[in-house]
Amino acid sequence: MRRFFLIAVPYAWLLALFLIPFIIVFKISLSDLALSIPPYSPTAKDGIWAMFAAFDLENFTFLASDDLYWKAYLSSLKIALISTVLAVLVGYPMAYGMARAPEEWRPTLMMLVILPFWTSFLIRVYAWVGILSNEGLLNQFLLWLGIIDTPLTIMNTTTAVYIGIVYTYLPFMILPIYAALDRLDESLIEAAEDLGCSRLKAFWLVTIPLSRNGIIAGCFLVFIPALGEFVIPSLLGGSGTLMIGKVLFEEFFNNRDWPVASAVAVILLLILIVPIVLFQRNQQRQAEVES
Amino acid sequence: MSQPVFAPWDDPNEKPLIRFENVTKRFGDFVAIDDLSLSIYESEFFALLGPSGCGKTTMMRMLAGFENPSAGKIELAGKNIAGIPPNKRAVNMMFQSYALFPHLSVWENIAFGLKRGDMSKADIAARVEEMLKLTRLTKFAKRKPHQISGGQRQRVALARSLAKAPKLLLLDEPLGALDKKLRQDTQFELMDIQESTGTTFVIVTHDQEEAMTVASRVAVMDEGQIIQVATPGGIYEAPNSVYVADFIGDVNIISGTVKPAGENMYHLDWVANEAPLLAASERPFSDGQEAHLAIRPEKIAISTEKPTEMKNAVQGTVLDIAYLGNLSTYHVQLAGGQVIKAQTANTRRLSRRTITWEDKVWISWSATAGVLLER
Repeated sequence: MRRFFLIAVPYAWLLALFLIPFIIVFKISLSDLALSIPPYSPTAKDGIWAMFAAFDLENFTFLASDDLYWKAYLSSLKIALISTVLAVLVGYPMAYGMARAPEEWRPTLMMLVILPFWTSFLIRVYAWVGILSNEGLLNQFLLWLGIIDTPLTIMNTTTAVYIGIVYTYLPFMILPIYAALDRLDESLIEAAEDLGCSRLKAFWLVTIPLSRNGIIAGCFLVFIPALGEFVIPSLLGGSGTLMIGKVLFEEFFNNRDWPVASAVAVILLLILIVPIVLFQRNQQRQAEVES
Repeated sequence: MSQPVFAPWDDPNEKPLIRFENVTKRFGDFVAIDDLSLSIYESEFFALLGPSGCGKTTMMRMLAGFENPSAGKIELAGKNIAGIPPNKRAVNMMFQSYALFPHLSVWENIAFGLKRGDMSKADIAARVEEMLKLTRLTKFAKRKPHQISGGQRQRVALARSLAKAPKLLLLDEPLGALDKKLRQDTQFELMDIQESTGTTFVIVTHDQEEAMTVASRVAVMDEGQIIQVATPGGIYEAPNSVYVADFIGDVNIISGTVKPAGENMYHLDWVANEAPLLAASERPFSDGQEAHLAIRPEKIAISTEKPTEMKNAVQGTVLDIAYLGNLSTYHVQLAGGQVIKAQTANTRRLSRRTITWEDKVWISWSATAGVLLER
């Protein structure tokens, strides 16, 4: 009985906060736009049978016919993928440095990685506007150094979006890699060197494979939220950056087309299910090896 | 037909494989190895024995190339090896934690070192098979390290470090993680493998029994220095100091002052109101010099009647009896208060034992049973 309650609580949580909202969104995606409150029809007020009879996949066929949507999906995938790779390239050396740092330094370094979470995410992204804009800190600094004559245009480009995403999600990359490297037994590296590896070779043949699970976990933790990201592209990316999160927002709030917005959300979720399942499997396999 | 005795250390023409020459290693202010010189010969099974923190692991890490001496030099086959990185040395190491690569199978672990050279694939496979056979692991080749037992892991580590046929194999507490029974079996296995491959083994251990069992010579270390280097028999029967005598096995130490009593014979005055003890010693002592007589418990006889033929006989009371099955150790308190351990083999059944607690007994030993030591 106790076991049942232990399982029941998280499942009730999932049911209330994930499954029910999803069903509602899915239901709206099958409806049509209407000038009413709520702005779609049919609703349960029309009678359950009438409602079910009026459902159709019109919104989904619309998504397929207008190339804006699949371009937005593709562009989101591309941006999320490149951001993830960049986050690995930036995050791995940081995690490695942390794991190799003297024992007494590690809590401080860990704190520095986590510290940004203490400030609102929105404020931090806004701060990047101040840094990256034409009159921003970065351009002023580079002009002062004399490296450039005219300000660089970074704001409202995809570059700014990459910077924003990598900056925001970097801790999610660093922490799992750090956890994997921290567990790594130093004598394994020594054994590899003893058996004829140079330092670099030992890193490649031992350190990298043994931190692979950390890298994979970090990649998913960056890729999954980056794919649906809306705040960063709309604040830093300007009108030129096409991302599905932004499209979703515009459909919902600017066009007030709830059914199409819901259809966009359902497709996004379906796309995300693949990496989420892969992520879960990776975590599970890691737990099995360690037990 | 007798086999020639393996004792290259006694042959002045023999060139040592490894030579430590006045090696000192400091870590900051801490002196881990203190002006140490030592020669190890080819095909030896050499044990570095000492308590933790005595510098034995540092010696091994200097041989492997993970540490460099602060002063002095280390030669391997006549060449100074200071500054040569571990991957360029014909030395392999078996780590205390085994350090098996968890992401690789047993086969791949053993092949790891071979793949770093320019061996052909077929040669690598043949060599790995050979090592698997040698360590009886053929059945487990495809398993990952976490899927095999501790004893098997130990053998994988051994096979991996032997695969490259190193000139010198270093073993850092190789059997520390095994339980006692397995450890004893593995000791003999190690000796067999050492003998059949002819590789020079240097083993680091804090377990004196292990060192005595496997090694051709043992170096007893303390605080960065070597106290004595000798064969296991030499270390046990002729320790050069109380430290060594006490570190290896059980020993009784009786301290006093010596008086010469004939050629290579000395009297030891050890307590008032008792006859001096007679001890033979090759090492000369001067009249009135302070000395310590070290006698192993098994060299002391215990009896209820005063023995007549023994040179040394002292009366005491049985304080304790430690029954070990095959042996019994009697703790006998002498009149002066000192407790002496005497050990006898239990050749009779327990019920027929004649000596029990609180009995007055005689303990006795011959003049040559003990060793007279200066310090």
